Amino acid sequence: MSLPPLPESAIDIGAFAADWRAAVALSGAALARSGAAKPAYAAEMIRMIEDHGPYVVIAPGLALAHARPGPQVITNGLSIVTLSEPVRFGHAHNDPVRVVLGLAISEAGAHLAAVAAVANIFNDSSAIDQLAEATSAAEVQQIMGVTPS
Amino acid sequence: MKIVTICGAGIGSSGVLKVNAERALRALDLEATVVAADVSNVRVIAADAQIILTTQEFVETIGKTNADVVVIVNLFDTSELKHKLEDALG
Repeated sequence: MSLPPLPESAIDIGAFAADWRAAVALSGAALARSGAAKPAYAAEMIRMIEDHGPYVVIAPGLALAHARPGPQVITNGLSIVTLSEPVRFGHAHNDPVRVVLGLAISEAGAHLAAVAAVANIFNDSSAIDQLAEATSAAEVQQIMGVTPS
Repeated sequence: MKIVTICGAGIGSSGVLKVNAERALRALDLEATVVAADVSNVRVIAADAQIILTTQEFVETIGKTNADVVVIVNLFDTSELKHKLEDALG
């Protein structure tokens, strides 16, 4: 099972976000920097949460921000933003968020291996804390099991 | 047995739920087909399902169904999934 690419350009350490929209926007900006998505993908990610609520906060401290496959996605990719100050998404149990995992998927149906690879990492319950406390992109890549490029 | 996992786009949380539900089912030594879908397709996809796994936000939209709707809080917590699946199937 292979993780979608997570290059250094898609990692943002200790970023400041005033609210959840800003946090998701940073996550989308990181996907745009790495070439996985177009800049407008960020607005689609935000709209998913506006439409469906803070369900993207899938574990304590972790948001999985994403939208549907579509014209704003260039290729499969991940981004990771760690927040200098935790941000509330409005989730009843898993707030506040310290790590935003951005996901761009180019094709529905082909994504489950990628999602399974992500799940494998986070089934280790210490992974979120480790990411939140990482001080370099290389450290984030190491936690995610990515060979630095 | 059929289990459907539901989220907004049908790729993110429902995918994580599918992967971890399959893991929990293996640990419980149970067999089931697990399908991930977005909430707009729930009526069709879950028509013959025994269990719908989802998060709190989608319960209202899923509405009336013959399946047991099971709400998961921490999608990476396989022990939560195991307990809730065991309860729903027991």
